[in-house]
This record gives sequence, structure tokens and C-alpha cells, in this order.
Amino acid sequence: MHAKPSAEGSLGSRPTSAREYGPVLSLLLVSPLVLLLVGGFLYPVGKLFWGSIFVPEASFANYARILQEPLFLLVLRRTFEIGFVVTALALLLGYPVALAMARVPGRAAILIAACVLIPLWTSVLVRSYAWIVLLQRNGVVNNALIETGLTDTPLRLLYTQGAVIAAMTQVLLPFMILPIYSVVRNIPDDLVRAARNLGAGSLLAFVRVTLPLSLPGVTAGVLITFILSLGFYITPALVGGPSTLMMSTLIGQQTTELLDWPFAGALAAILLLATLLLVIVFRRTLAFNKGFKLG
Amino acid sequence: MDGASVSVQGLGKRYGAVRAVKALGIEVRSGEFLSLLGPSGSGKTTLLMMIAGFEMPTEGAIRIGDRDVTYVAPNRRNIGMVFQRYALFPHMTVADNVAFPLRMRKVVKAEIARRVADALALVQLQDFGKRLPSELSGGQQQRVAVARALVFEPPVLLMDEPLGALDKKLREQMQIEIKRLQRRLGVTVIYVTHDQEEALTMSDRIAVMRNGSLEQIGSPIALYDNPATPFVADFVGKTNFLEAVCHSCNGTGLEFGLGQSGFIHLKECPPTLPSPPRPGDKIRLAVRPEQIRILRLGDSDRPPLNGVVEAIIFVGSFRTFLVRLAGGELVHVQAGTDHGMAYPQEGERVGLTIPSQAVQVFPDRRQ
Repeated sequence: MHAKPSAEGSLGSRPTSAREYGPVLSLLLVSPLVLLLVGGFLYPVGKLFWGSIFVPEASFANYARILQEPLFLLVLRRTFEIGFVVTALALLLGYPVALAMARVPGRAAILIAACVLIPLWTSVLVRSYAWIVLLQRNGVVNNALIETGLTDTPLRLLYTQGAVIAAMTQVLLPFMILPIYSVVRNIPDDLVRAARNLGAGSLLAFVRVTLPLSLPGVTAGVLITFILSLGFYITPALVGGPSTLMMSTLIGQQTTELLDWPFAGALAAILLLATLLLVIVFRRTLAFNKGFKLG
Repeated sequence: MDGASVSVQGLGKRYGAVRAVKALGIEVRSGEFLSLLGPSGSGKTTLLMMIAGFEMPTEGAIRIGDRDVTYVAPNRRNIGMVFQRYALFPHMTVADNVAFPLRMRKVVKAEIARRVADALALVQLQDFGKRLPSELSGGQQQRVAVARALVFEPPVLLMDEPLGALDKKLREQMQIEIKRLQRRLGVTVIYVTHDQEEALTMSDRIAVMRNGSLEQIGSPIALYDNPATPFVADFVGKTNFLEAVCHSCNGTGLEFGLGQSGFIHLKECPPTLPSPPRPGDKIRLAVRPEQIRILRLGDSDRPPLNGVVEAIIFVGSFRTFLVRLAGGELVHVQAGTDHGMAYPQEGERVGLTIPSQAVQVFPDRRQ
């Protein structure tokens, strides 16, 4: 076939094929995002981190303070613990839902999808207040417990770590379900049928075929949920108490109440570093999504 | 490995108000290559899915050998199956794919290795065990699917349009390979296809399906030469249909009038009619294009059937003449390429002769 130089774009770039954009056009297309990223993220965050070391003068005093004071390390550890628990719970609760959403036929699937998406479209603030309604002293849960005779006096449910975990799991569940769903939905039915035909029971067919093929979705869902949970601010601030202080709340206090921006920068830097480290380790150990493609 | 018989009795499948398969009865002999042939929506795939156990019938029974498997789970039926898009497990190597049914059957490790190697050798892929399916061509993936379906020596092999995704040349090559494998292993094969040529070349018998029912079952030759219905005549091979009226029926044979186009004379009453037609009866005639002889005419010739050559299509080994009869019907006539012969030209008036045994006669019930 003779490659005829096509009508060259007025931008003067030379695309190598009709499916590719030339470098100039490509740059132009991504430039709004790049500007936003630089102006809205890199610059302020860079300034914050710069400030944590060089304001008022160059020293690692802020970082030394975090490492020396047990409270900050405790909060950091708690943040990661809650992140782990929330992610694990979301996976446990979300995987079956994603599976059902992808495999159930017709209207039932739409219903499940609605149950997943409508909370997602509702403000986090509303959903967190809903948990307060549920868990407060004379809330739905306590009333039910008292009426069934399981307890005489209302239990302290709100402002506990349990409340934070429950509310965060509920808020983050769609971020676990949707990536898993999109991967499971693309696993051809014939693969499961083939496994059944070749002698696998339904459970074994799931373990040997559906589960391993859904792992890329699990990896994505776990990463998104975990990273989001580390930076969660509104929900823990509303349904949690002083004993459930998390990193983002701590950073918030430093910036809005104590106005100690350099120290807040140091806390943020440590949170970011720890998150990046964990993500890298996670991807290294769970590098499932290589070597095969579906379809 | 010996093939098992498959018996389908009174089988029906209903989806809500839609009857996908209606009271179907087919007896597949052990070691037979049976094709289920039909257009899409004819119920052939639904039937296959019920034999495999992925769909449960709403009525009737399926037996494999002397075992009733109607409601047996698919993993307990011991049937091999090759899927339309092969359905190889993308996260497993070729060897692991082929070993899968053996592992499910808890075969010991050394034996698995031996049988996987044998199965891959059977489809000439002995060196591909360590590859992933995505690293193979379509034809190679197809062969892996066949090896995987045969490695546990099932008595029955189901194939759901397995060659549909391959190009023509590869498809013809795989047809021969599959046929050879089936003969060598003696396995019973039920093969779903909508490609009548494929069914004709590979099958011992063909079951033609239409709207969830069995239209006709028989050997390829029987189906081609003696189609039971106009649908079969039309679907298996190419056919010219002509509307005709019976002129006379007596000791010297039958004569059918084609209106302005002329008439056709048959020596005896054809078997597809329940009773000999009476004068005035409306009739449908079916004639294969290669059965019609084309004659160049002199100026004074007035043959009973004649027309004008409208177009000539050259197809290599033969050519097809489109002949417009005087009454307006277009007839396809196929003639082998013979270099000694002077073919009629486009626009030329020609005579057509049809040997009486080549004419299928159907009652004119619009179907």
C-alpha cells in the first residue's frame, strides 16, 4: 500500500497514522489539564512542602517534631489502620455486589446499579449526617436494640472508631464496586461455561476463572478506596470523636485553627510519602493485570 | 475412546411466551458427525446449550448413551465442547488450558503432563504449551480449544460454529482436520453451523432446523437431492423455484405449465407430493442450477422452455447464466467450464432442458 501524505493539518504536525494525533495537537488537547494540574495542584502543594522545610528557615524541625511526638505517629498509624479496615470491608461487601451487578440479567441488574450509584450521587455530607441519625443515643439503631431487649440503656455508638469505619465503608463502597464490576462484566460468559463444561463445579469455576480474571478490577478498587480513605475528612470529623482523630482532620486543625502551615505541610508530606510507598508495594506484590487481555 | 449415542426426545425450550425449541426429537448415532444447520433463530444453538447443560429444557429428555442427563449439571455430563470464540482461559498458558479438564478430574500429575503433550501433538501444537492464548493466531487458538475439549476423551463433542471466525482458506483446512480427528477418535460430534457448505462437506447426517423445529434430517446427498420441503431445497445448496400449474397427469407423465414461459414435462410423479396432482393444481417446482442444460438456438428452434441470457457470472470452475424466461422468471443455470464449448452470449435467446428426475415438486403452500 502506498502511504500518501494526507492533507497535513494546519498545525504542521505529521501524524504517523490517521488514528494518531501529531505532537502539537496532542499538547493542545491536554494543555487545559496540564495548566490545571500545575496551577491547582503542583504549585500549592509544592509551596506547602517547601514551606514545611524552608519556613521560617531551612530545617527539618517540623519533621523531627512528628517523629518525636507519639500523638502524631499514633494518628498516622490509626489513619492507615482505618484505611486498611475500611478497604477490606469494602472489598468483602463490594465484590459480591459487583459480581451480581455484572451477572444478574435484565431489570435486577439495573436495580442493583441504582442502589450503588444513587448514594454515590448524594453528597458525602448528607450521607455522614444520615449515619448520625442512625447511630445517635435515641437513633434508629439504639431504639431497635432497646425494643428487642438486647440492651437496657442506649449504647454509645456515635463518635467511635466503629462509627467512622461503618460510615466510611458505606461512602467508599461504590469506588470498590464500580471498577470490579466493569472488569467482571467484560469477562465473557463462555469462559465460565467452558470451565463448567470441562468439569468445574460453579464454585471451582469461580475460583479458577472469574476470580483471577477479576483481579485487575480488585486491584483498582482497592487502590482507589484505600487512597481515598487515607484522605477522608468530612465523615471522620462528623461521626468520629477525639479518639478517632485521623491525619486529614489533624492537618485541617493545623491550617484552620493553629495556622501552623509549615507543620501542616510536613504532616501532608509524610501522609503523601507513606501513601505512595504503600501503593508501590501493593502494585509490586499484586501485579496480576499483566500478560493477558480479555476477549 | 468410543463415541456415545445422543438421544433428544420431545425436547422443548420456552423463554416466556417464545418457544425457542419445539418438541424436538433427534437420534444421534454413536460415532456419527451430525450437523445442526439452520438460519439464526432456528433454535440450533439453544438445542446445543441444552445438550451441554447450560440451558434447562422446559419439556422432554436428553440421553447420552443410556444415561438420562436432562437435568444433570454441565460439569457432570462429560461432554467436550468447542465454543464459537474458543473460550480459552486468557490467564492460563496453552498447556494449563488443556490440562484444566484433567485437573478437574483429579488425574495424577505425571499422567496430566503426558496426556496434555499427546493432545497438543494431536493438533500439531506440541511446541506451544508455554504460550498464552493471546500469543497465538486464530487458527492456533481454535486447535487449542479442540485439544482441550478432547484431552479428557469425552464420548461426545459439541461444536458451536467453531470456524466462524476464521478466513475461508483456514476454515477449509480446519474442516478437513476436524473431520480427520473425528474419524480417528470415533467421537460423536454434534456440530452447529449456519454454513450449508460446511455442513455438506463434513457431516454424516445433517439436521436442518427452522423456527425451533426439525425440518429434515438425512445424509448430505439425501438432503441435496431430495429436499423434503422448499425451505430445505432453498437452504441447502442453491435452487431455482418456479410457480407452475399442472396441465395433465396421465400414463405418459406429468406436464406443468409455466404460463408464458413454456412448460416442463416429467416422466413420473415425484415422491415429495402426497398424491398425484390433478390438472389445475398449483405447484412449486425446485431445480438445482447445475441440473439445467442450456442450448444455443437456431432461428427456427422453438423449445418448450426458453429465455434470454441476461448476465453471465464467471466463478472460476463454473459460470452462472442468469436466464430471463418469457414469463419474467429469472433462472440460474450453472455450467462447468469447458474450453471446447461455445457459450451463449449476453442477450442471446437460449433453450433450457431439465431432466425430469432433477425436478422437485412441492404443493404450492406459501411457507
